[in-house]
Formats: sequence, structure tokens, C-alpha cells
Amino acid sequence: MSASEEITMQRTSRLDQCFAALKANNRPALVSYLTAGDPNAETSKRLLQGLPAAGVDIIELGMPFSDPMADGPAIQKAALRALENGQTQAKTLEMVRSFREQNSTTPIVLMGYYNPIYRYGVERFLADAASAGVDGLIVVDLPPEHDEELCQPAAQHGIDFIRLATPTTDAKRLPKVLSNTSGFIYYVSVAGVTGVSAPTPERLESAVGQLREHTQLPIAVGFGIRTAGQAATIGRFSDAVVVGSALVDCIEHASTPDEVVERVHSLASELAESVRGCRKGS
Amino acid sequence: MTQLQPDANGLFGHFGGRFVAETLMPLILELQGEYDAAKEDNAFQRDLAYFQGDYVGRPSPLYFAERLTEHFGGAKIYLKREELNHTGAHKINNCIGQVLLAKRMGKKRIIAETGAGMHGVATATVAARFGLPCVIYMGTTDIERQQPNVFRMKLLGAEVIPVTSGTGTLKDAMNEALRDWVTNVDDTFYIIGTVAGPHPYPAMVRDFQAVIGHETRAQLHEKEGRLPDSLVACIGGGSNAMGLFHPFLNDASVKMIGVEAGGKGVESGLHAASLNGGAPGVLHGNRTYLLQNEDGQIIDAHSISAGLDYPGIGPEHAWLHEQGRVEYVSATDDEALEAFQICCRQEGIIPALESAHALAEVAKRAPDLPRDHLMVVNLSGRGDKDMMSVAHHLGERFQ
Repeated sequence: MSASEEITMQRTSRLDQCFAALKANNRPALVSYLTAGDPNAETSKRLLQGLPAAGVDIIELGMPFSDPMADGPAIQKAALRALENGQTQAKTLEMVRSFREQNSTTPIVLMGYYNPIYRYGVERFLADAASAGVDGLIVVDLPPEHDEELCQPAAQHGIDFIRLATPTTDAKRLPKVLSNTSGFIYYVSVAGVTGVSAPTPERLESAVGQLREHTQLPIAVGFGIRTAGQAATIGRFSDAVVVGSALVDCIEHASTPDEVVERVHSLASELAESVRGCRKGS
Repeated sequence: MTQLQPDANGLFGHFGGRFVAETLMPLILELQGEYDAAKEDNAFQRDLAYFQGDYVGRPSPLYFAERLTEHFGGAKIYLKREELNHTGAHKINNCIGQVLLAKRMGKKRIIAETGAGMHGVATATVAARFGLPCVIYMGTTDIERQQPNVFRMKLLGAEVIPVTSGTGTLKDAMNEALRDWVTNVDDTFYIIGTVAGPHPYPAMVRDFQAVIGHETRAQLHEKEGRLPDSLVACIGGGSNAMGLFHPFLNDASVKMIGVEAGGKGVESGLHAASLNGGAPGVLHGNRTYLLQNEDGQIIDAHSISAGLDYPGIGPEHAWLHEQGRVEYVSATDDEALEAFQICCRQEGIIPALESAHALAEVAKRAPDLPRDHLMVVNLSGRGDKDMMSVAHHLGERFQ
């Protein structure tokens, strides 16, 4: 085995190892979403570094885009704040690189839209992302019909491509959505944009159950999950709970960088505690 | 031969495609299936022809612009009078087609984005005619500069939702319409106004607008007994241009010129010329040329004409540009204003500022062409909506 193959194997397994450990402990993962560079590069770096200690298991880091079509107001504003403060794709990758110098276990998934990656250059982006320590990608506007654009090249670099399944994805289409998906599958809990309406747990549980009949991959649920209570309810039947807009709102409502960091990390801790305990005694 | 249809993934060359969120994919595939069926359905085509005729007022005349021809002293200039359509622009050709499709699919609610408001007005019009509730997304910047059209939409029963996100212009209105669609997946039909967006929209909108080119072909044949030598049209997203050009793409002798909005000049950075001043990228469901920075962030377009103020262009245009089949040039705000006034005074026709960009190219080109050169210009809309902005730019003040 060559050195590069060894690195690739190590890299592809970070998400797998994480989910295996969680399964052994019979608890779901807490996945946090923050936009890279929000509210500015320095504070964003502090936020990122502190997430594992706050109890976050998997980090989703948003690559800000000027036209985030799938996002609600909270994450739209986060992207604008980051861009106004000079965030770029290169700076986002640099944040991951610097995080990896201190943490080699917490998986990082970059989430965003295709254009900034396309403009950066797909091959160059994947090479830089792999060497920075990125584990997976979620790219909202790349359906399986365009797998040759980024999904297949990402696999060559040992980067997982995590796809979204949605309430509109029917049984006929699901195999197509699942093909080439790795790491985990992200179930979008409501038809809509991020952070706006809350899903009903009953319908969600049945949707996740149906999804399980088609895949062995861990299933994360996100969009519209804002409170520790919601996270615990959904964590009982899913493998991971994603919280984004509620964390991002903490940034908007804080007035100093210290307050931003304090608010985000304390909400993350609260969510983590709730998610960790959600299957106990049941 | 020029590729006339996109491939199975909606690609013209490597432009176009279906770059949308998974939530929308099933809807887009359903739309494509329904549109393919409608194309083959005689009843649908009969309804379309009926409404194009008795409601829209088609065919629009192909008018020999004798005075403009004399003024420029070269090419023989014909104007395709799309400004005489109901609602005053070519936009309704497409809206009639899409609303019939919405009815056929049993959709209960219509949404659309609008920039200058012409597509919004045309959409509100057909929604009223077919008794469907209608929501129009419009950027706050555009609402400010297009008040009369906002009021028109309201009179027609549409709800106009101001879009404050981003910079409050057409691209943000389109983002917001997509967010609405992704939220209201069960009952909503999204009428996109130009030859952009995810497949099948670019090809579908083009097909509904191609009536412009088909009529032009027949009308010129009747008047002159031959094909035109050149076609000129303005381009924002590019629907009026594509409608005129497409039926002639395989006629090698027909030269085609698309005129982008040069704003303060392409070199100034303040323009809406995606092909002349942009780079390939992915936005609003398709790959095309976009105004964007080095990091792939979309840059605001700038034009005196709100209808051309879009940082992208239809993917088929991007492809025709790379193929060299159509020549894409630009006209500045000042050149368009100058041509606007020439058209008013020489022909007694007040053109839309959008169409004035096409006329600006005629002013540059026609004088050097021989008198037997037949040039058709798409007069895509009328200028009533532009009175306030033209007055402002010409220093006129109203009490």
C-alpha cells in the first residue's frame, strides 16, 4: 500500500469511525452547522475550534455563497456577513487545515453551492480540501443527474459526497439519490428552506424508517430543528441531528465576539446534552 | 448543423443542465414529462394558438421602418412589432404557454419573478384570465424604479412580494421564487420568464417564444420573397432574442446579433453583459456565463434598463456564443437612450429601453450595409413603462 492510499483510507474512515463509535454508545450524533467566516474570520475560527469540546460530533461548515437558494433568512444573512468580511473558498479551506492541526478525529463536512467550487476549479478544490482534512461535501445544487461534475471526482480524492433526500424524493427516485452517496445520508425534514418550519416527529419517524429499508448508511435529519427538545425527539430514531439556523441566530443576536462564542457554544452544549441522553431510559 | 435541442440532461454543449436542490428534482422531471406530452397534444396546441391569436393579438406585424431606414441610410430595416402584443411586450407569448401547462397539470397557484415588471405583468395577466392566485417576487430596488408596473400587477389581482435579500434585484427575486417553489411543492407552478433556469425551462420558454421567428420568416417571405440577412435583438436572459433567432439557426446565410446591456461600458465593470464581461458558472439551475468575482460570488448587474439587469444569460445563448453561431455585442446606457429617441422621432414608436439596446446596434451597423440588406430588429416591448427613468436621464422634471 502506497503512502497516498494509506492517507485516503484513513480519511474515508473518519465519518465511518465516528458513526461506529456512536452506535457502540447507542446515541445519535449532534451535527452543527455554521457558515465559515461568520461573523468574521477570527471569531469564526474560535467558534470552530470550540465545537468538539461543546459536544458536537460532526461539523458542517458552510461555504458562503451570494445566492443561497435553499437557505432561509438566518443562513442567508450569515453568508452575507461572511462575504462582507472577506471570506473566500481559500480561507474556508485554511480554517479546516488549522482545525486539523489540533483535532484529528471530528469529521468536517463542507456544505454549500456549486458555483464557488466550480470557479475555484473542481480538481484543485478537491485536492486542497483533501489535504486540508475535509471529510465530506454537501452541495445543494448538484443532484445525482450531475454526478460526474463533483461527486465522482470527490470519491477519487477520498472525500465523501453526502446527498440530501427530501419529502419529494419518492421510492422510485430514491435508489438514484442513494447511489454514489457515502458517509451518511441527509434527510431534509421539510419541503422548504433551512431554518423556517418545524417537522412533525410522527411523519419524520416514518420517513426515516422508509429510508432505512433502502440503505445501510447512517441517516441524519435536518432543516428546521431548533431546540434541545426537538433534537432529542428526532435523535431517538435517527443517527444524527443537524442544527444550523438556531446556532447561526446566536451570532446575529450577540453584540461582541466573546458573546458570539459564548452563546453558540452554550447552545451547542445544551443540544449535545439533550442528544446524548435522548435514548436513555427508553 | 447547429444543435437545436438539449441532451437528456438538458445540456446545450456543456451549458444548461438541472443544477437544483433534490426537493425540486421530482417537480422538474414531472414538468418535463408534461411538457413533452403537451407538445404532441393537438388539443394543447389548438388552445395555445387560440390564445396567441384572440387574446395576445398575434401575429404581430413585421413593419418596414421606412424612416429609420432612410435615417441610417443603409440596410433595409424591418421591426418585428412585439410591443403591440397584449401587455406590451413579448413576455406574454411564454406566459400563455406556461399557464396552459399549469392548468393541464392541475396546479392551483402561480408564482413568478420579475425585474422590470413586464414578466410580472404578463404572468399576473394570464393568472387573472385563468382564475389562478398569483404571487410575484420583485426586488425592492426594482419596485422603486418600476412603480407603474407594480400597480398594474396589483390591479390584475396578483400579490407582489418585495424581496429585500441580496441586492433587491431580479436575481434575488428569482432566488426567492425558487425558495417559494421548494416550500410549496404540491400545488405551485413557477412561470420562469426567460430562457434560463433548470431544464426544461430554457428549451420550453424558447419554444413558446419561437412564434416570433416563425412569423418573421413567413412575413418576410411574403414581403420580400426571401430570408433576412441579419437579425438583431437585445439580451437580458435572452428570451426575445432566442424566440427570433431559433427558427433561423440552420440558415447559414442569416447573421444574428444579440445585444447585451453595456451599462456604463463593459470596461467600467458596471454592466449586464454576461457573455462579454462574465465567465462560466452555475446559478439558478443552469450552467451559463455569469457576472461573478474570482471566488465565484455573483456580482450585481447594472443597466439603465431593469429588464436587462440580470447577471446571467440563457444557457443556449452561452453555447451559441462559444459556437460562434450568434455574435454577441453590447450597447451602453447612453447608446440605448440615443437610439430610443431616434426611434420615437423617426417612427413614432416609443420602444422599451430594452429594445432600444437592439436599435443602438442597428445605428452602428445599418449605415455601412448595402440597401438590399434585409435586417429584422425585434422590437420586444413598448416604452410606456420607462417614461420616468428616461425623463430622469434626460433631465426632465415632472411637477
